Amino acid sequence: MSRTFLGMPATAPRGVGHLRGEEPFPAAARRGLADPQLRRNLGHATTTIRAKSGAVIGELPDWQALRAAGSAIKADVLARLPELLEQLEAAVTAAGGTVHWAADAVEANRIVTDLVAATGSDRVIKVKSMATQEIGLNEALEAAGIAAVETDLAELIVQLGEDRPSHILVPAIHRNRAEIREIFLRAMPGVDPSLTDDPPALAAAARRFLRETFLATRVAVSGVNFAVAETGTLAVVESEGNGRMCLTLPETLITVMGVEKVVPTWRDLEVFLQLLPRASTGERMNPYTSMWTGVTPGDGPQAFHLVLLDNGRSAVLADEVGRQALHCIRCSACLNVCPVYERTGGHAYGSVYPGPIGAVLSPQLTGVEDNASLPYASTLCGACYDACPVKINIPELLVHLRDQVPHPRSEAAAMAAAAYVMDRPALYAAAQRAARLSRLAGRRGRGLPPPLSGWTIGRDLPQPPPRTFREWWAQR
Amino acid sequence: MRIALFVTCLADTLFPAAAEATVRLLERLGHQVVFPPEQTCCGQMHVNTGYSAQALPLVRRHVRTFEPYDVVVAPSGSCVGSVRHQHPAVARGAGDERLAERAEAVAGRTYELSEFLVDVLGVTDVGAYYPHRVTYHPTCHSLRMLRVADRPLRLLREVRGLDLVELPQAEQCCGFGGTFAVKNADTSTAMLADKLRHVLSTGADVCTAGDASCLMHIGGGLSRLRTGVRTVHLAEILAATERDGTTGRTGRTAVRA
Repeated sequence: MSRTFLGMPATAPRGVGHLRGEEPFPAAARRGLADPQLRRNLGHATTTIRAKSGAVIGELPDWQALRAAGSAIKADVLARLPELLEQLEAAVTAAGGTVHWAADAVEANRIVTDLVAATGSDRVIKVKSMATQEIGLNEALEAAGIAAVETDLAELIVQLGEDRPSHILVPAIHRNRAEIREIFLRAMPGVDPSLTDDPPALAAAARRFLRETFLATRVAVSGVNFAVAETGTLAVVESEGNGRMCLTLPETLITVMGVEKVVPTWRDLEVFLQLLPRASTGERMNPYTSMWTGVTPGDGPQAFHLVLLDNGRSAVLADEVGRQALHCIRCSACLNVCPVYERTGGHAYGSVYPGPIGAVLSPQLTGVEDNASLPYASTLCGACYDACPVKINIPELLVHLRDQVPHPRSEAAAMAAAAYVMDRPALYAAAQRAARLSRLAGRRGRGLPPPLSGWTIGRDLPQPPPRTFREWWAQR
Repeated sequence: MRIALFVTCLADTLFPAAAEATVRLLERLGHQVVFPPEQTCCGQMHVNTGYSAQALPLVRRHVRTFEPYDVVVAPSGSCVGSVRHQHPAVARGAGDERLAERAEAVAGRTYELSEFLVDVLGVTDVGAYYPHRVTYHPTCHSLRMLRVADRPLRLLREVRGLDLVELPQAEQCCGFGGTFAVKNADTSTAMLADKLRHVLSTGADVCTAGDASCLMHIGGGLSRLRTGVRTVHLAEILAATERDGTTGRTGRTAVRA
């Protein structure tokens, strides 16, 4: 057991997991922008879910009070995280579970792999989990000869398609039913070759495959939505029932939990179980809420392990402004309202955490230099802040992170020059005149140098007016 | 009332018609407008691009310039948003609590034009005449930072001759985002394409808004596609009267070929 994470905050290590993209956001975004299927799927899905979510949120007279409560509980958790985690550890241990502390992805993967290997099983079933996606657990298990089977339908589609998730809640949002049929025919063991792309038929095929797997697998791996420190109770919310199967059928259950998922008391769940489904799927209540406390003799898994994952979270916590990103309950409301995400899709963000929350969380977990383009992947329109059920001020965080990223030298020079001129009104007025007279930009700005030429890919530049406002004012 | 005009660097330099209209409108309503010439830029571009240290002297300048005035009005939701929400934070980030408090005091007396007209002056009919088919784009910062809500629409509904048509998916960002427009030019243009599609679907001759920056973006797209639809700042519509005729002084925010 190592407890190093309470000491020096380190960022998530390189070379493991899925927090870093291979190319900067603007380049990666071009692929999504040019994909009509993706644009159609995302446009349809986000519009639908926005309407659904808006309707059920509108039913609650105390939604704003609930948001404030959710935010306050999370702020309290972050202010005394070490104490709450130790309380959780004690409660889980007392209830017959075993708690492991993982400083980073490498440690967490090793702990889980060793635990699975000790059971002798060469296969695990998985409940959809962002934390295990973040650390690349499936790849680590595979390297140890252990097959990990995703049991959430969309996550299964991504896995069988050897693809990457593109949405926190709906990881296969970028696929259509024809593509899903092809993936199933190609990669699903025992699939009926006459499978059609009728959604009920696709779901039935997945159900048949998964049922056999549920009954024949002795180890499950899950994430967690909430962990109650006072009781040691863990909670997973889901829609399909696959989670309930994974959490109850196997002999051994291993749960990987980001340390920020802890809440102090059972009563705190009252707030989050109202916030999460409404913000996330647009439901008043999610179909399945599974809760378990350690081990119950004769009922459910008889061996339970909880892996507490840091992987950069302590570094996020150390930043007083940045830490609010750890409020996130992974509802994906910010993705669904983001005009950038809606057009680029999730893969453009490189990390398993896409959209506005990804743009502030991923760079903090990895250190901003490893995800330097992400804080700029937003117009700061503010729709995400309004939608966030725990009131994460994402625009404020984006600007905060932009202050920390390494800036291109030419840009820094231009910004310094602009600030110098703007702090000297006479020079500023002269610069206004010079810009007008020189007409460097040429007709409609077609002669602009990069990066300013980005403007003219689809927009004309305004023609400079015959006189500035201050010239008009001086003459009147 | 004596009103200090916070012109904004963009309106001053590229869209003076919006600022001139603001002056004419406020004077027509019986107020005295002054222009403190020491003002330059609020520093929003620096803050939003990650250069808050460089923004600090601009914040200091802005506070010093507008501190003596009881009321400050700007024809921009975005720049007022920066003054209200960013200036105190930039000062605090630099450890200057005194400046932060002064910035908060100035911010408390600073209004976006539609806020000032409706909330402070208590007027929605400003006596304007503008015989055109107009659609209104609520800019993100006026909508979500300032919460101006329907104040601009209430002003527009009282304009004689104006045919106001609703913009579909109005609350979606146009894709400008300051330096976002060049740093993420492709995504920005994709967002703009949808905004233009909605503007064109209204059949409006004019797209208006309370920010010259977003209008520069939308207008740049409308011009590139030779749609014939103009962008006109809200202040220009509200300043227009029958004496101006139907074309007169309006339309100078337009991005023209």
